[in-house]
Amino acid sequence: MGDKEEVKLLGVWYSPYAIRPKIALRLKSVDYDYVEEDLFGSKSELLLKSNPVHKKVPVLLHNVKPIIESLNIVEYIDETWNSSGPSILPSDPHDRAIARFWSAFVDNKWFPALRAAAITKSEDAKAKGIEEVEGGLLRLDEAFVAISKGRSFFCGDVIGFMDICLGSFLVLLKAREKLKGEKLLDESKIPSLCKWADEFLSDDIVKNVVPEIDRVAKFLGELEAIAQSASRS
Amino acid sequence: MGVMNGSNNDEYVKLLGAWPSPFVLRTRIALNLKHVAYEYLEEEDNLNSESVLNYNPVHKQIPILIHGNKPIRESLNIVMYVDETWLSGPPILPSDPFDRAIARFWDVYIDEHCFTSINGVAISKDEEERKAAMAKLEQCMALLEETFQECSKGRGFFGGDNIGFIDIGFGSLLGPLKVLEKFTRVKFIHPDTTPGLFHWADRFYAHEAVKPVMPDIEKLVQFAKLKFDTSIFK
Repeated sequence: MGDKEEVKLLGVWYSPYAIRPKIALRLKSVDYDYVEEDLFGSKSELLLKSNPVHKKVPVLLHNVKPIIESLNIVEYIDETWNSSGPSILPSDPHDRAIARFWSAFVDNKWFPALRAAAITKSEDAKAKGIEEVEGGLLRLDEAFVAISKGRSFFCGDVIGFMDICLGSFLVLLKAREKLKGEKLLDESKIPSLCKWADEFLSDDIVKNVVPEIDRVAKFLGELEAIAQSASRS
Repeated sequence: MGVMNGSNNDEYVKLLGAWPSPFVLRTRIALNLKHVAYEYLEEEDNLNSESVLNYNPVHKQIPILIHGNKPIRESLNIVMYVDETWLSGPPILPSDPFDRAIARFWDVYIDEHCFTSINGVAISKDEEERKAAMAKLEQCMALLEETFQECSKGRGFFGGDNIGFIDIGFGSLLGPLKVLEKFTRVKFIHPDTTPGLFHWADRFYAHEAVKPVMPDIEKLVQFAKLKFDTSIFK
């Protein structure tokens, strides 16, 4: 393509979902403009126009056309810039189906359980929720061992779809560990996944894209304080 | 049912399903579109069968497609897998990356909002819950009517001249939707409010890949009476 392409990403710095397209764009060496949205203030006109259905980030704008939902965006990036950089989704249909299955597990079952456990006021529900999260991590550890077959990442020696999907939550997990002392990434229980997590966070592209753990921990602490004072007033 | 193509596509294809399930229906339509011969195993009376638990230990759910000895789970995943594996026959997902992203988005929306609302009405415990779920469902229909107009561009289906990913995703919910219309006596797809969807539904039902596998509405109504507390609709 001869003409200059316009690639813009709308996101928020603390969102695991916004991390995903950032990693994908860098894997494909695509230049893009990043626009930080203020979700606690008012959403920008561009965001409301690009994602009228859900009004959420991330949104990728490629030559003005909006693509929404983080994993959708990652697939779109993989297909559009397919001749540049590594393949993000595996090429074999069965391997692709496996990657989609586990990423759906992460987004539809595992993370919602973590989010519910984080915001519930009931100690019982919290304990039960964390148990579910730990159970999910055990499954993911098993899946990683089976799928990676000894390689560093889920589908090979370079970062791919599953890595991006689950890896986008790692800083959040580590921030929660700092804030609450809750050790979900426990080497004694999920050794392979922990090793993978270290590899993922040390990757050159990932390192430059993910927010700092301390900054996220501070932000989570602030959110919690707001939630608690709201429930008291 | 047809000839399979490709060297690794000669492997045996088996589908574990349950006749009332819209998710199973999606996979059957996709296999029909590609003229794939497969063995269908009805698991409706035995969802805890060894086969289901063996092949889908995480969710214990159907449909499960087994190709050779590899299991593929989750209806939309299976439809994509079928599209990517059997390359003859019409493509289910469009070729343009942007159109594919739109198709994927709407099928997720259909599952997370439409199906959830249909279920929401069915399991509602009181009038308030039911009204809220019905209002949500009506919102979904309005959005999908707009989407249909945009995607079809005057042609018969969301996918254009032939059924595609969104047609399969939404069309598989027409059975449960019609059952709900019978119980609630409300028309969610109506020639005045959703004219595009109204006529599209007839075309979808008549499609050669759909007609042989679409469950009979009366049977679905009986199934609903057994599965849900339909006394709230009286």
